[in-house]
Amino acid sequence: MTDQAYNFAYLDEQTKRMIRRALLKALAIPGYQVPFASREMPMPYGWGTGGVQVTAACLTPDDRLKVIDQGADDTTNAVSIRRFFQRTAGVATTERTTDATVIQTRHRIPEQPLAEGQILVYQVPIPEPLRFLEPRETETRKMHELEEYGLMHVKLYEDIARHGEIATAYAYPVRVEGRYVMDPSPIPKFDNPKLAGNPAIQLFGAGREARIYALPPYSDVVSLDFEDHPFTASKADHACDLCGSGSSYLDEVITDDRGTRMFVCSDTDFCAARQAQGHCGRLSPQGDAP
Amino acid sequence: MTLMQNAITAAPLLSVQGLTKRYGPRIGCADVGFDLYPGEVLGIVGESGSGKSTLLSCLAGHQRPDQGRILFDGADVLAFSEAERRRLLRGDWAYVHQNPRDGLRMGVSAGGNVGERLMAVGARNYAAIRDSATDWLGRVEIAADRIDDRPSAFSGGMQQRLQIARNLVTGPRLVFMDEPTGGLDVSVQARLLDLLRGLVRDLGLSVVIVTHDLAVVRLLADRLMVMKSGRVVETGLTDQVLDDPQHAYTQLLVSSVLQV
Amino acid sequence: MYVAVKGGERAIDAAHAWLAEERRGDPAIPELTVAQIREQMALAVNRVMAEGSLYDPDLAALAIKQARGDLIEAVFLIRAYRTTLPRFGTSRPVDTAAMAVDRRVSATFKDLPGGQVLGPTFDYTHRLLDFALAAEGEAPPAPQAPARDEPVPHVTGLLDRDGLIEGQPADDTPAPDLTRQPLELPASRALRLQALARADEGFTLSLAYSTQRGYGRTHAFVGELRIGRVAVQVDLPELGFAVEIGEVELTECDTVNQFKGSRTEPPQFTRGYGLVMGQSERKAISMSLVDRALRWQELGEDFTGAPAQDEEFVLSHCDNIQSTGFLEHIKLPHYVDFQAELELVRRMRREAMQMQEAAE
Repeated sequence: MTDQAYNFAYLDEQTKRMIRRALLKALAIPGYQVPFASREMPMPYGWGTGGVQVTAACLTPDDRLKVIDQGADDTTNAVSIRRFFQRTAGVATTERTTDATVIQTRHRIPEQPLAEGQILVYQVPIPEPLRFLEPRETETRKMHELEEYGLMHVKLYEDIARHGEIATAYAYPVRVEGRYVMDPSPIPKFDNPKLAGNPAIQLFGAGREARIYALPPYSDVVSLDFEDHPFTASKADHACDLCGSGSSYLDEVITDDRGTRMFVCSDTDFCAARQAQGHCGRLSPQGDAP
Repeated sequence: MTLMQNAITAAPLLSVQGLTKRYGPRIGCADVGFDLYPGEVLGIVGESGSGKSTLLSCLAGHQRPDQGRILFDGADVLAFSEAERRRLLRGDWAYVHQNPRDGLRMGVSAGGNVGERLMAVGARNYAAIRDSATDWLGRVEIAADRIDDRPSAFSGGMQQRLQIARNLVTGPRLVFMDEPTGGLDVSVQARLLDLLRGLVRDLGLSVVIVTHDLAVVRLLADRLMVMKSGRVVETGLTDQVLDDPQHAYTQLLVSSVLQV
Repeated sequence: MYVAVKGGERAIDAAHAWLAEERRGDPAIPELTVAQIREQMALAVNRVMAEGSLYDPDLAALAIKQARGDLIEAVFLIRAYRTTLPRFGTSRPVDTAAMAVDRRVSATFKDLPGGQVLGPTFDYTHRLLDFALAAEGEAPPAPQAPARDEPVPHVTGLLDRDGLIEGQPADDTPAPDLTRQPLELPASRALRLQALARADEGFTLSLAYSTQRGYGRTHAFVGELRIGRVAVQVDLPELGFAVEIGEVELTECDTVNQFKGSRTEPPQFTRGYGLVMGQSERKAISMSLVDRALRWQELGEDFTGAPAQDEEFVLSHCDNIQSTGFLEHIKLPHYVDFQAELELVRRMRREAMQMQEAAE
């Protein structure tokens, strides 16, 4: 059911080649933002055009694609992007992390550890970790070039001085291979440890800002911190109310107008798999468990 | 004393030759040369428009001169790459602006302002950075409990002292100062000068200071350079120049200051 | 029992169906044809072509119809279509001096070779609602005049002959292509002009207006504004000469700006340039003002901090497809980020309150 009016995976081959060149360069210089000729896509800027272009450049007809947004396969934007590739590339899709060869994500890293041979594609809104300290691209590129990262630590220092801790909960900056400071995209800092030493290829695409960067498998990725205020990955102090997992990242759901809350895994595939294996949470239907 | 010994034994820290900067047909400064030895304070005086500020901004790398050479520790600074220049600016060199707002991050706390240069050269221990910041705030007479306040909550004099602390925390080998007491009340000026004199003496700083205020150089400078219309008209030891000025312009400058 | 939010697929399908229904409006009213839009909403079509960077009035009209008249959405459709088109080659630069002008006015000379041609302009209409149009009456035909058989040279060329305006040496460097290479700063003037030609009309207008109000003042006059059709020629290597493949309608604006001279140049006028697809004179004038304001460095002027002088600011924010996409993306779910923030705020509030209590 591929749409014959477009090339495989929408983009023409020249464009894909250009993106692949950028990807190779990005993999060769981990954490470095490679400018690329971002194309206009049929979805709006800020909605994943960078990730979609990277995915389009990576996909082959044999791939199995998974798309998640906020960790979930069934959120509207994930559905929309998955459909886009079903229509333009006709590739198989899956919701199972282990079955996917390419995973496009917005804001999460799956709970299930990734394996060699898998590609994780991140959608990135603002690729420049220094952007809110220094608005000028010309200046931030120079700062990267000269490894002038003192200002980044000034921000972390200010956080601790004011709040007693580093008050950055997501898009928490990291240093890659001891060289480039990188924005891991707006994943919660809970996910930061999964960036490091990951067997999968991690690719980051920012469409509007026309930048691609990457982490090759098993990259050294360190979340910025101070020796005496080390980075900690944190999450809500609950277990999932559906699958009982105590180690997964949780969404908080308000279930009525009296402020009753429940906590559920943000990773829907992880949660469903655990439930299928018979794990129960606080609100699991009684007696349903096998 | 030490000054004379240095002059004999050490090579100059900063050596400037034939420095010229033009703005179209107008001369900013022309054919300026001098040597600055380690531990020495050189005062550059003249009225506004004399070229002293242009000279300082050329020396500190804020502007590129049209001609001339600037050697720091024997290295040709003008031939430096941008990377080398910036490394110099955040390590061996420091620059105290006339307006503290130009030299401080107004949205960052006093502690963060002092700590920035430390972090820029690799400090990664929060407590140690904070201890250094507290120590330096004390040295410039800012109470330790103001460490988390932003400079915008400080008086003009405090802001200037904070800027000085921010610059000196990494132990720079050469400090440029542009009218550091300008824009402050007279009583505040006196206190700042006193503080500066103490720091220069205790730390053995090498300083190039630009000012129109002869009282400032009288207190701080070992040697003086008097500028007029972009050119150096007289140089010498500070006391010698101020007490026995040779050039008519210097005489005018000295006589126009109320002697106290 | 709680059921996690599902059904994204069904919701999207239903939303699209509803959108299609709203697009059509009341079925009792006849449906607009693309040809009607192309012919009767020509300025909207022109804007969509200009900002979509694709000269195709039929597609632009279709996009306007599909977008329910939302021109930025229509530009978006055109851009998304354009990006997939194969590139066969590059035309020769069009010769705007040889333009078949429908409109040509100069604010700097009362009369000039080629004459002032007012053309189909709103300029001197009284802005009174014309209720006759609501009655769907046919307009009487406009009076005809034979085409003037004389060349229409550029005003800036006339000034150039006397050395009164900065020279513009011919440059055969191929123009960079913003849609095929990432924007690199600092940008050449050619690249800036390319970005401005497809920039949002409203943004460009506001920037240009800000220069007139003193934020990067350039003292501009419209040296010349011309609208008309020019031939597009393509070199065919097999033939060894250029072949005309069609014509396009363009709007071109040359501003003449005051300049006091610099270290190396005596006083003379300088130029701002605007060139836009279709009839889009507000955009062309705006573009030429912004172009001139961005040239401060090259002309040795002072940077006054005005937005219109700031190349990076202008080029990073002038594209309405980038702007609207990123602006609207904040309505996408941000549960995960928000959850992280929520926990942080809670913990910090808890600690702050504990400290308060301890203090009391």
